[in-house]
Amino acid sequence: MFRTKDVGAPPPFLELVGVSKRYGGVRALEGVDFACRRGSIHAVLGENGAGKSTLIKIIAGVVQPDEGSIRLAGQQVTFPDPLAANAQGIVCIFQELSLMPDLSVADNIGISNPPRGRLGLIDKRAQRRRAEELLARVGCEDVNPLERVANLPLSRRQMVEIAKALGRDPKLLILDEATSALTSGDVAKVYEILKSLRRDGLCLLYISHRMHEIEALADTCSVFRNGRHIDTFAAGTRTSDEIVQLMIGREMAHVYPDKPQRNQPPAPVLEVRDLRWTDRLNGISLTVGKGEIVGLGGLDGQGQRELLLALFGVLRGTEGEILVDGRPRAPGSPAQAKRKQTGMALIPEDRKTEGLMLPMSVAENISLAALGGLVSGPFIDREKETAAIERMVAKLRIKVGDLADPVATLSGGNQQKVVIAKWLLTEPRIVLLNDPTRGIDVGTKQELYQLLRDLADAGASILFYTTDYDELIGCCDRVLILYDGRVVRTLEGADITETNIVASSLNLPGAGAAATA
Amino acid sequence: MNELRIRLGQNLGLLLAVLLFLTFYLVYNSLHPRGFSATVLVQNANESFVIVAVAMAQTVPVLTGGLDLSVGAIMTLVNCVASVVVNGSPLQMLGGIVLCLAVGTLAGLVNGLVVVVGRLQPIIATLATGAIYIGLALFIRPSPGGNVDDDLSWALTNDLGELFATYGLFEDGEAPWLAPIAWLPVPLLVMVAVVLLVWLPFRNSVTGRGVYAIGSAEGAAYMSGVRIARCKIAAYTLGGFFAGLGGLYLALQTSSGNADVPQAAQYTLNSIAAVVIGGTSLMGGTGGVVGSIFGALVIRAIAFNFRIFEIEPIMQPLFEGLVLLAAVSIGAARVFRVKNRLELLG
Amino acid sequence: MLTLSAEDRPILIAGGFVLVILAIGTAYTLTVQGTASFLSPAYLLQQLQVGSFLGIVAAGMMLVILMGHIDLSVPWTLAAGAMLGTAIGGPWAIPVGLGVGLLVGLVNGLGVAYLRVPSMIFTLGINAVMRGFMVMLTGGFSPRSMATPTMTWLATGNVLGVPMPLIVWAVLSVGIVLLLQRTPLGRYIYAIGNRERAAYLSGINTRLVLVAAFVVCGMCSALAGVLLAGYSSKAYQGMGDAYLLPAIAAVVIGGTNILGGRGRYLGTVVGTILIVLLTSVLSVMQMPEAGRQVIYGAVIITMLLVYGRGQKVMA
Repeated sequence: MFRTKDVGAPPPFLELVGVSKRYGGVRALEGVDFACRRGSIHAVLGENGAGKSTLIKIIAGVVQPDEGSIRLAGQQVTFPDPLAANAQGIVCIFQELSLMPDLSVADNIGISNPPRGRLGLIDKRAQRRRAEELLARVGCEDVNPLERVANLPLSRRQMVEIAKALGRDPKLLILDEATSALTSGDVAKVYEILKSLRRDGLCLLYISHRMHEIEALADTCSVFRNGRHIDTFAAGTRTSDEIVQLMIGREMAHVYPDKPQRNQPPAPVLEVRDLRWTDRLNGISLTVGKGEIVGLGGLDGQGQRELLLALFGVLRGTEGEILVDGRPRAPGSPAQAKRKQTGMALIPEDRKTEGLMLPMSVAENISLAALGGLVSGPFIDREKETAAIERMVAKLRIKVGDLADPVATLSGGNQQKVVIAKWLLTEPRIVLLNDPTRGIDVGTKQELYQLLRDLADAGASILFYTTDYDELIGCCDRVLILYDGRVVRTLEGADITETNIVASSLNLPGAGAAATA
Repeated sequence: MNELRIRLGQNLGLLLAVLLFLTFYLVYNSLHPRGFSATVLVQNANESFVIVAVAMAQTVPVLTGGLDLSVGAIMTLVNCVASVVVNGSPLQMLGGIVLCLAVGTLAGLVNGLVVVVGRLQPIIATLATGAIYIGLALFIRPSPGGNVDDDLSWALTNDLGELFATYGLFEDGEAPWLAPIAWLPVPLLVMVAVVLLVWLPFRNSVTGRGVYAIGSAEGAAYMSGVRIARCKIAAYTLGGFFAGLGGLYLALQTSSGNADVPQAAQYTLNSIAAVVIGGTSLMGGTGGVVGSIFGALVIRAIAFNFRIFEIEPIMQPLFEGLVLLAAVSIGAARVFRVKNRLELLG
Repeated sequence: MLTLSAEDRPILIAGGFVLVILAIGTAYTLTVQGTASFLSPAYLLQQLQVGSFLGIVAAGMMLVILMGHIDLSVPWTLAAGAMLGTAIGGPWAIPVGLGVGLLVGLVNGLGVAYLRVPSMIFTLGINAVMRGFMVMLTGGFSPRSMATPTMTWLATGNVLGVPMPLIVWAVLSVGIVLLLQRTPLGRYIYAIGNRERAAYLSGINTRLVLVAAFVVCGMCSALAGVLLAGYSSKAYQGMGDAYLLPAIAAVVIGGTNILGGRGRYLGTVVGTILIVLLTSVLSVMQMPEAGRQVIYGAVIITMLLVYGRGQKVMA
C-alpha cells in the first residue's frame, strides 16, 4: 500500500509496523502498518469489525499484538497493560465509558495520577481543585466534582470522561466514538478543545462514524477494512463517496435486495399511539404494516433503543397505546411479548450480553426462546428440538462445526445469526431489530438484508433500528427519523436519501427541502 | 447546601445504620437501671469490639466486589495464637501482640493471593482457607484454655482510668486533668484509633481508592490504570489485619483461646449482615468500614435490648434476621422505582 | 484424539481423587489393621447411606448455584423440616416437613427474584429467622417428639440390602437429572446462570424460574432433615449446621461454577462421595479435627486450582 511521505515533516510520533492480532480463530488485525504525527488530528475510518477497536486497544495497551512492533517517537516499546501505555502519555477515551459510577467525579478524574499530600495520601482538596479546572476546561462548570458519576446524565458523563483524559497530560489522545452521546453544544466545545490540543502539538487519533465530524476535524485519514490498513491520505483529497467506497470495498448498489412495489399501504399490524416513557420517549406514534420493513433513523440516542424496549415490555411506566392487529397488547415482559397473540421478537443491541448465553451450546441458544413449544409432556422433545435447530441452521446458513460447541466459538456474524434463529423459531409476526449488523462482516450483512426481506415477504412486520444510514436507504420501505424521543419525519420511497436522513436527523428547520450532498 | 445534599445522599446507608443504632441504644440505656453510665458503656464496648472488628474485616473485600468467608476463622486463629503468646515480660507481650496482628495480616494476604493469583472465586476460596485457619487454630488450642496476661487484659478491657491505674501511670489514673476522660472505655478508643490511623489513611491512599474503583467497575478501573492485583490483595490483607485485631481482643476479653468452630461461622455470617446493614453494597464500590461498625453495633444493640426486655437470648437470631431482612428490603424499594427492567439484571 | 469437555474434566479428576482417597485409606488399614475394610461393599454402602443426607442437600443447592445464587438458609430449613415433621407426627409428618421446605424456598425465591436482594443476604436472614422460630417453638431444647416409623424406615430401612436413604437419594437424583437435562425449566436454570439479562430478553419468565429453583432447594433441605430425624430417631438443635458448607463444597468440587451457568449433576454426586469418603478415611485414621479441617480446605483449593488450569477464559 502506498503511504504519503512528506519531505521535511517531523518523524511520526507513533508507528506500528506489521501488527497482527487474532482472537481465537478470528483475525482482527493483519499486518497493519500505521503511523501518526504530532500536531495533527488523524481520523481512523472503517466499518464495524474493520479492526479499528483492536488497533486502539493495542495502542492503549489493553491487548497485546501477536506480531509486529510499536515505536513511540522512534523508540521501540511494548505495553503489557494500560498503565504502561499511560506512562508514555497515551490516553484513551473509550467508546464504552471507562468511568467508575460509584466514585465521585473528582475521584474519577484523578484516578490514575491523583495529587498526593503528606504520607503519599491523596490530597482531596487539590484533587477537587484540579477536577474543577478540568471540568471548566471542557465547559462543564455545572458538574459538581463531589457528585457520584452514576447520578450524572450520559452526556455529562462523556464530558467527564474527556476531562479525565485531559487530566492525564496526554501526548497521544485517542477518541473512540467519544461524541456519540453529546449534545450539539458539547460537540462544538469538544471540537474547540481538540483543535487547541492540536495546536499544542498533541497527536490525536479520532474514530467516528460521522462523516461530517471527520470533514470538520481531520488532517489525515486512514481507512481500515477487514483487519487490514487500506489507505492513508490527507483529508480533503477524497470525496465522501470515495471514502465509503474504500471502507466497504465494493459497489454499494448490489448489496440490498429489491424492495417490493406497492400500490396501496399494507394492512397495519403494529400500531403505536403517543408512546411516552420518562424523558426519553415523548409521544411516539407509528404503524408497521404486514410485510413492511420500517426503519428507525436519527442520531444515536434519540429514543430508538427505548422505543424497541418499550414495545417489547422491558420498560416500566410507559404511557400510550400499543396495538397488535387492532387490539391493545402492551406486553408487560418479554415473556408476554413472545406469546402467540402478540408474536414479537427482539434482536437486542448487544448480542454478547443480551442475545446469547456465550458458554452454552449453539443448539441450546437456538432453541431457548421456543423451548416451551418443543415439548412432549413435561419433557423437551429431543427429536423435535434437533429438527427445529437443524432447520434454522440450514435456513440461515449458520457456519458451525458442531452444534454442541459453545456459541462463543462462532464468529460475530454467525453469532448474530444464532440470535435471529432463536427468534425465528418462535415464528414472530413482529420483528424488532436493534442495530443488528454491528461488528458483522459484509457477507453476513448481505445475507441478513436478504433474510429480512424474505421475512417481510412472508408476512412479518419489521421495525429496524440501525446506526448505518446505508441500511436505512437500502433495506427499508419507510424510515422514521427520531429526534428527542419523537418522530420528526417519515421518509418514503425515493425520499429515503442520505441527505434527507442526515438533515432531518439533525432536526434542522426546513430539513431536506433543497439540500444537496 | 448543594454539597451537603450530595454528601448526605452518598451516605444514606451509613446514616440509616447510625439512626438504627442510636434508637436501639437509647432505648436500652433509658430502660437500664444504670443506663447512661460509664460502667454500662465499658461493658457494651467490650461486648461489641470483636464483632465490630470482624465487620470491618469483611467490609474491605466486599468493597472490591468480593467476599471473605474466612474472617471468623482468622479471628479464631488469632484468638488461639494470642492465648499462647500474649504473656510474660512486657517485651514478650509486645512481641506477642505484634505476632498476633501479623498472623491475621498474613492470613488475609494468603486469601488475597489465592483469589488474585489462583484466580478462584472469593466466596469459595475463602471458604476453603477458612477451613485451614480453623484447622490451625485447633492445632494450637485443641481445647479451650491458655493464658493471657491478667494486667494487660484488665487494662485494655476497662476504662482509661483503669488502664493508667494498672500500670501506675498519671498518679494511677487519678490525675485531675485526666478526670474528664477517665471514663472512656479503652476498646472504644482503640477502635477510634484504628479507624483514624489505619482505615482513613487507607481509604485516602491510591490503593484504597483503587479498591472502591474495582468494586464499582473493574473493567473501567483497569482501563484507568488502577493496579487491580495490588488493590485486591491489599483489600484481603487489610481484612485479615482487622480480623486479627478482633481475635486478639477476644483473647484479652476472655483471657483464653477457644477454637470454637460454630462461633467462627456465626461471626462470619454476622459480619456480612453488619456490612449490609451498614450500607455497603455487596456488589462493591460503595460504603465503607465506618458504616459496618455501626452495622455491627446495631446487631449488638439489639442483643442488649434482649437483656433489658428479658427476652431469652436464644430468641436473638429471630430479631437479628428480621432486622437484616428489613434493612435489605428498604434497599429493595429501589427495585420498584427502576423504569428499565434491564437495569436490574446483570 | 480424546477431547474432554470443560464439564467432564472436574468430574473425572474428582472421581480419580475418590480412588486416591480409597487407596490411601486402604493402605492405612492394611498396615495398621491388616484389613482392607474400605473396599468392603458393606462399608461402602454404609458410607453412601450417610452420604445421602449430604447428597440430597447438595442436589438442591446445585440448582441454586447453577443460577449464580446461593442458599444459606439450608441449616435451619433442614432443622425446621425435621422439627415440625416430628412435632406433627403421624401420617402428616413427612408432608408437613417437606411443606416447611417448600414455604422457606418460596420466601427465599420471592425475596431474590422480586425484591432482588442478593441471595447470600436474603437467605442468611431467612436462616436466622427460621432459627428464631424454631427456638421459640422448642424453647431452645431438643424437641421431645420422636420420628415416625415411616421416617425411621426411610432413613434406616433397606430394600434388598440397599439402604433406604440411598434409594431416596437415587430417586431424587434421577428427578434432578431429568429436570436439568430434559425439561425447559432445567435449560432456563442454566440460561439464567449464564446471563440473566439474555434469558429475560429471550422471553423467559426468569423470576418464576428463580422461585422454582429455590423451592426445590428448600424442599431438598427439608427432605434431608426428615431423613436425618429418622436416622437419629429425633430432631435436634443445630442438626443442619454441618450440612451447609460441605454441600457447597460438594457442588463446587463437582465442577459446578460458583458463579452459575455451568456444571453437571454427576459432578455433584461425585463431589458428595468425595467429601463423605474423605471425612470417613480421616476419622478412621484418627486424624484430629484440626488436621481434618486443614486437609478439607487444602483439598478444595487444590482441586479448584487444578480445574482452573488450562481452561480458556470466555470473553
